[in-house]
Formats: sequence, structure tokens, C-alpha cells
Amino acid sequence: MARAGAFRAISGDELVDILTTALPAMGEALWLVFQPQQLMYLVAGVLLGLSIGVLPGLGGIAGLSLVLPFMFGMEPVSGLALMVGLIAVIPTSDTFSSVLLGIPGSSSSQATVLDGFPLSRKGHAARALSAAFASSLYGGLLGALVLTGFIFVARPLILAFGLPEMLMITILGLSMVAILAGRVPLKGIVAAGLGLMAGTIGAAGAGGSLRMSTYEIPYLVDGLQLVIVGLGIYAIPEIVSLLRQDRSIARGGSLGEGWGQGVRDWWANKWLSTKCAAIGVVVGVIPGLGGSVVDWLAYGYAVQSSKNRENFGQGDIRGVIAPESSNNAKEGGGLVPTLIFGIPGSGSMAVFLGGLALLGLSPGPHMVRQDLDITYTIVWSLALANVVGAGLCILLSKQIAKLTTIRFTILAPYLFMLIAFAAFQSRQSLGDLAALVAIGLLGILLRRFDYSRPAFLIGFVLSNQAEAFANMANQIAGSRFRRGWEQGFEYIFTPLSIGLLALTVLSIVVGMRQAKNIRENIDAPTGSKRAPFIFLGCITAYLVVAWIDAFTITRMGDKIFPLTVGTATLLACFALLFQMRRLPETHEVFVDLESGGDDAKAPYGLWRTLSWFLGLLVMSGVFGLVIALALFFVGFFRVRGGFNWARSILLSAAGIAFILFLAWVLGRDFPPGLLQSYFNLPWPFT
Amino acid sequence: MTYFTARRVARSAMVLAASTAISTAAMAGGHGVDLSGETAEFVIPFSESGGSARWANFYAPLLNEALTGNPTVVVRYRPGAGSTEGANWFQQQTTDDGTLVFGTSGSTQFPYLLGDQRVRYEYQDWQPVLASGTGGVVYLPPELGARFDGDFDDLQDEIFLYGSQGATTLDLVPLLAFEMLGLDVDAVFGIEGRGDGRLMFERGEANIDYQTSAAYIQSVQPLVDQGLAVPAFTYGSLDADGNIVRDPTFPDLPSFREVCEATAGCETEGLAWDAWKAFFISGFAAQKMVYLPGSASADVVATYTNAFEAIIARPDFAELAAAELGVYPQLTGEAARIASDQATNVTPEAREFVLNWLLEAYGISLN
Repeated sequence: MARAGAFRAISGDELVDILTTALPAMGEALWLVFQPQQLMYLVAGVLLGLSIGVLPGLGGIAGLSLVLPFMFGMEPVSGLALMVGLIAVIPTSDTFSSVLLGIPGSSSSQATVLDGFPLSRKGHAARALSAAFASSLYGGLLGALVLTGFIFVARPLILAFGLPEMLMITILGLSMVAILAGRVPLKGIVAAGLGLMAGTIGAAGAGGSLRMSTYEIPYLVDGLQLVIVGLGIYAIPEIVSLLRQDRSIARGGSLGEGWGQGVRDWWANKWLSTKCAAIGVVVGVIPGLGGSVVDWLAYGYAVQSSKNRENFGQGDIRGVIAPESSNNAKEGGGLVPTLIFGIPGSGSMAVFLGGLALLGLSPGPHMVRQDLDITYTIVWSLALANVVGAGLCILLSKQIAKLTTIRFTILAPYLFMLIAFAAFQSRQSLGDLAALVAIGLLGILLRRFDYSRPAFLIGFVLSNQAEAFANMANQIAGSRFRRGWEQGFEYIFTPLSIGLLALTVLSIVVGMRQAKNIRENIDAPTGSKRAPFIFLGCITAYLVVAWIDAFTITRMGDKIFPLTVGTATLLACFALLFQMRRLPETHEVFVDLESGGDDAKAPYGLWRTLSWFLGLLVMSGVFGLVIALALFFVGFFRVRGGFNWARSILLSAAGIAFILFLAWVLGRDFPPGLLQSYFNLPWPFT
Repeated sequence: MTYFTARRVARSAMVLAASTAISTAAMAGGHGVDLSGETAEFVIPFSESGGSARWANFYAPLLNEALTGNPTVVVRYRPGAGSTEGANWFQQQTTDDGTLVFGTSGSTQFPYLLGDQRVRYEYQDWQPVLASGTGGVVYLPPELGARFDGDFDDLQDEIFLYGSQGATTLDLVPLLAFEMLGLDVDAVFGIEGRGDGRLMFERGEANIDYQTSAAYIQSVQPLVDQGLAVPAFTYGSLDADGNIVRDPTFPDLPSFREVCEATAGCETEGLAWDAWKAFFISGFAAQKMVYLPGSASADVVATYTNAFEAIIARPDFAELAAAELGVYPQLTGEAARIASDQATNVTPEAREFVLNWLLEAYGISLN
């Protein structure tokens, strides 16, 4: 009944609504954004995002996780400006490392590497960068514009989205797995299923039954935290891989000429840029993991739609313009489900939602309908941050280029320190660090055997929602059916849910066709059958245990989801195991990055590199994080970096001083170890 | 920036007019302790988001001003296992110099009352210095509201649908109330906050809901004004003698006690009523409390009691609290002790009743 009301409201009051509510709110928001204090926070966010984006491998999730502790008690608009500034600039600044180093600066500029890096090696780094910044700026503004429009249109429609529709939106998000699956579709299903199952660990949302956890280990009862899963699945594998290769990242650090040429290149390809921005917005709107797909889709589109393709991969400027236009546009798109329904559009949007909660804002229908000014503040901040970000990137590009000549061996320990500190903030327990290492190891193995990490993360991010929406929609439908069949069917089969179902089918079909353009790992060396076989065996074993564990739960509502997902994933595992028996060891099902390409040639072994991080964990358990970090730093710089004592100690002291300052400003503790349980030590050793 | 604050104040001004902040006389005995140069930790067993963080961060700077010696007061977060992890940690602390206080909420109290096996803490060991209350309002859609005339006799054949966070959370209070009123309520479990429940109501999926006072005024009052919702009753408020009376924030709305008396088959005495009242007090009337460890000396307790009294006596307190917390009773001293006792004690019969009801109605077993 209320839903019919919502539909009536569109025809009658929409215009009035726009004139009386939306336009004043937009004006109000515009005024708010341009307050000096907000501008200051926005620029601070942009600078922070810029530094994080420049670092290889770190993107929105890591960046937002780092600023989250700052959020509480901030003025809502200031906090928003800081976060939005950070989100908006990452797809712009991550271009530096893609173009100059040939390493994706974050998951959303992987495709930029394909043509950006060759351009830079030919001495056209400046041209590639300026074309990328122009595209980023344009894409970002287009994304903000679309978001504005979406909010206009969606406002009167929002109450028509009931639980069945929300469930369909979530499933639409899961259908993105089809496109992410990579070379072997079954592996994508396994990765996504594993992500979904990882999301069910802990006390069930509805009835509180424990799944794959016990009260003896209280840490697991609350489930795995997104911040830790994000850092473990993305940041750690990248950092470990870079560290193993020990490149002194870029040579020389000069950008060459061609700033004007780059902008002219963008102008000549403005239609391509527009179309790719549109792709970015659409992919962003679909909840899931827009970031890591969107650049590949845009790149694939650029290749398919152009007549002369031979230059792609060897320095075609269009290969830079396409992904860069789309990855900034997707942030505007990603904010659509995040703000309107409170369903995160991507991993970083999920962290963003957490930040909004700290500011006392609850995104969702309520905010869009009642706090329209705040909603538009976010939109305007996004547009402004894109302009400021692109401007700063151009201004600072010479200095940033110099930064990239630093040896990664110097950067890596600092990154480990920041990641460990950020992870510890989620629950303030040593369990955070242990979970980080465990998930990091999973991330490394998923990467090594070419299982789609984005698919895993999509599954993880959407797991709770998929379960909650499915359970609740089922309960409500049951209650409706109790009143009468007609009421029940009326509730489930609305035009919206049927429309969304059609979209999902379309997304799967298009996704399967596009999947070949998405190459998370560019080379696909295969080795022996043994290692991939053992890894899949371990996954299968875990799933079997999780399935049996779910089966023993008595509450139907708490067991049905892990049981269903577990069954489907296990079937995929068995099918894959069967394939492995049948196929030759050169088949792509046996991709193993350790058997060829960059990883195999790396001078340092995987386990040796990882054991540094493991050592940090063990030492933290004994001495607490601060003392452990000091030992780790000195040891690492001395042994791995090969520096003399003076330099090692100086570099270590700088790192420790920085983290102490950060913790002091935030009023944070460090993880204590065994030592602290016997002796009462003063801060920061507590 | 000023715009948001101004609006919040304006919203709460309505509450302000209708309510009174309750403060009690100073507790006798004990000298003040000088905390100058110290850092006092205000630990809450929740994360940075959510109501408890807001509440603790509201009091932290005020405590800094009010405590003798103006110690630095920092809020620390120890979330985990629905707040039981942090409470278990606090149980083991032996700080006696006033540099550690702990803030709990209904989510910490309920597992304790129900005998959840994760609970390794004992409220009786701790010393309460502040109790903050809140209230709740149950509301209906207009067509059902029209059939509500102070009792639920005309609504017994209706099938209700209620979005719930879980039967062992604060939702235990409304669910038990519905049960006592004889309503046929399908509880839909799995929402993550009361805001989600309100949305289900707004979308027409749920047709009965409740919100805490602050959320009601902010989000449901506009719906009531537009004729989209009708308030039915409040849970009420606890007077100084421990009786349930009308909520001073909503003096025009009947309390659950009145509605229960008027509805056939609902008793305001006996096991069910005692159980409901015990859990209502724990979940709402004394929802958030500040405790010192059992090891803290009487002097330290007196210092904190005096500090909280000074805070509540500030001329600008009502305005500050209205902007951040909404206006609820803030009890100190003896009143806080009584509130704490009531919030953390249920008779074995009441507890048994609730555990049986949870098992029968929802198949939930805490053992």
C-alpha cells in the first residue's frame, strides 16, 4: 500500500519537489562546500589521497582505513570533505606509479599500465600523464554530474525499493563475478564463493548462531573485518611481490616533454573519453567491486571500437585515456547505491560508509530524502576534489616523479608498519595482526594461482547483505503468504524486481563475453600440476568443514545461507578438480605465477619475504608492536636493505617517530605482547 | 558548519521544553582525589561508530573540566563480541587511582542478565557513578492507528510484522510487550539498526515499529505530522520510587503500563510483567552507565560522583546534552547505584521466564 503511494508521488509532486526541496538543498550544499574550513579539509584529503595513490598497490580501501580513526567528532561536512577528497584523487594519482613504474598504483589503474608504461619508456611520460589527468578530471566531473541526476530521479522512487528489490540489487552485484572470473570461469565462482563463506564467519546476523567460530576465540565471533580483508587481499600481496623484486623503482625520474600534447590527445579522443566515463559510471552504480573491473572494461572497449589496433600495448595514448576516464567516473557512480540505499558500491565505499557512521550520518533512503543538503555536499565535494586533485597532480608531478626513484626496500617496511597499525585499529587486539597475516597469505596464494581477488572481495563485501536481505525478504514473504497468496506474489514480483532480474541476466551474459579483456595478471605462466592442485584441495577442505559446521546449526535462518553457498561453491570446486585431472599441465587452469614471469625471476623467495612480516607478528606477540617494529626496522634495513648501522638506525627512528606521532595525535594504543602482561610499561609500550 | 549544529539544537529544543534533567543530591563521604597531570581512560566496549561512542565523547571533555586537577580524559574503544569482550577485559582491571572508567550499555547488560556464556564479568563487583536513561515509542501505520483507542483489543486479529535486530538484543523489550498484549507479531530478524526497522515501516513492509526517543523525534515525528504514522505508546519512564510512569518527554502518550492495563489479557503484575519491567529498566531506564573498577577507593568514587554532578549542574548542560544525546535523565550518586542495581538484577523467575519464552517463541537457546 505504501509502495503504491510512492509511485503516485512521482507523477504528481516531482516537479514541486525539485523546486521546493532539491534546488535549495543544492544551493545550500554548494555554499557549504566553499567554506574556507571545508576547502582546507578537502585539500588535506586530496593531499593524503595523492600520497596514498602514488604508493604502488595502495588504493581507496587502504587510504580510507588509515583516516577512519580521525573521523569521530569531526564536523560532518569537514569529515565528508576529507574522505571524499581522498577517494576522488586516488584514481588520478595512482596514474603516476602505473605510468612511471609500470606497477598499478591501485586496483583501478591496472589497465593504464599496458600503454602508459611503454609511453613513459619512450620518454613520453609527461604526455601520458597529462592525457591521464585531463581524462581523470573529465571523467570525475561527469561522474559527479550523473550522481546529481540520479539523486533527482531516485528520490521519489526510493520507497519502492523493498527488501526483494534490495536483494536483487545485491545479486546484480554478485553477477559481476561473471566478468571478473578471468581465464577460467569456475575459478571465479570458487573465489566469490569463498568470499561469501568468509563473510559468514562469526555470529550470524539474524539468530546469533556461531559459524566456523567458537566463544573460546572471541575474536572470530564478530567475524572478519572489511579493513583487514581489504588490506590482506590487496595490499599485502602487492607489497610482498614488489619487495621480492626489489626494484629501485623508476630510473632517472625525468618526465620528458609533452604536457600540451597530452591534453590535445585527450581532446582529440573526447568521445572515447565520454563513452569510457559512461562505462565507469554504470559499473560504479552496480554494487560490487567497480574499481578493479572498470579500467579493464574501458580498455577493452577502446581496443574493440578502434580501427587501428596494432599500437595498443606498445604506447597508444588511447590506452591511457580510456581507463583513466572511467576510473574517476566510477566514484560518482559508486556513490549512487552507497548514498541512496546504504549498499556499498565497492570495497572502498564500504569503508566510506563506516566513516559516515562515525560522523553521525546514516546513508540510505533517509539521508537522501531528509538530509538532501548533506547528500549534495558529498556530490559537490566529489566534483571539486577532482578539479583540485588533477591540478595538484600536474603541479607536483616533478616532485612526485622523484619520489618514485626511491628503492622499494626502503618504502616497504613503512608500508608494513602503516598497514599493521591500521589493521590494529579495527579491533585493538593482536588477533587483528594475526588475521591480517592469515588473510594476506590467502591473498598471496589467490594471486599466485590466478583466482580473481576482486571476485573474492565482492563475495565478502556482499555476503552479509545477501544473507540478511534474503532472510528478511523470505520472512516477510512468508508472513504475506500467511495472509493470502495474492499478497505474497504482489510483494515478490514487482516491476522493479523483475526489471532487476532482467538486468542481472544481461550482466551475466555481457560479463561472460567481456571476461577475456580482464587480465588481473598479465602473464599466465603454468608450471607443474602439483601446487595448484594442493591449493584447490585446501580450499575444498575448508569448504567441506564450513559446510559440515553450518549443517550442525539448529536455527534454520542461520544455516540456510552458508549451506546453500557452500554447496554451490563445493560443486564448483569438484568440477574444477575434475578438470585438473583431465587437462594437461600447460592449461590455464594451472596458472602459477611462481613458475614464470616477474615473480619467478624475483631475487627473493616468497616465503623468505613473507617471513619478515611473520617475524613482525611473532615479535609483536612477545614485545608489543612498538618494540617489535623497532627490531623489525633495524633488522630489515640492515639485512635486506644492506645499509650500514647508522643509516639503518636513522631510517628506523624516522619510522617509529612517525607512527608514535600518529598514535599520539589520535590517542591510540599499540598492540601489547606477552611482555606487557608481566610488566606495567608506560605509553607507547603499553 | 553552523547550519548543521543549529538545526540539531532546534530539533532538540522541543524535547528540552517538555522534559527535565534529573539530578540527585551529592553522595556523602570521601575526599576528592587530585588527578592533575594524569590521563584518565574512558573505555567503552564498542567501536567508534554508534551511540555509546557519541555518549562517551560527549562526557570526556566535560569530565576533563570537572574532575579535580583537570586530567586528560581519552576515550578508548575495545569493541568485540557484542561488547562482552571489553567488559570481560574491564573485569580484570585493578586500577585504583581513578585513571580508568568504563562505560556500558544495554547491549552489555542483556547478555549478563540472560546468562550468555561469553559473559565473564560481574556487575556487582563494579562501582557505578553515572546512569543515563532513554525511552522508546511504539508506533503504527495510520489505518491500524485508527483502530487503536488506548488498548489493543480491536487489533487482536491483525497480523503484525516487526523488523528486529534479534530477540536477545534491546528488541527483547518490545517483542515481550507485543506478546503480553496478545498481538500476533511476525518478527523479521536480521536488521542491523533501528533505522532499518523504520525504513521497513516506511516502505509498508513492517506495520509496527519502535524508535528510541531521540530517533523518534528526529525521524518519526515528521511522519506523524504528515499523517504517515500514529504513535501508540511509550515504554514509560522510571520515577524515583522505581514505578513506571509516563515518559516526561512524551507526556501526551500513554505508557505501556496504561495500555497493558486497558488491554484484555495483559497483566501489570505477575511473572511476565516483572520480567518485562526488569529488562525495560536494564535496556532503557538505565541504558548507559559509567563504572569504576571494584578496586577504586571511596575517595575516587566521590571524585567522579562530584564531577558528574558538577557537569549536570552546569547551566549549559541541558543545551549541550540536547544537541548530542537528547534529553534523558542523568543519574549520579545514590540514584545511579539504585539504577545500576535495577538494571543488572533480575529475579531468577523473571530470567527463567524470558529464557523459556525465547526458546518457545524463537527457538533461541543461550546455553
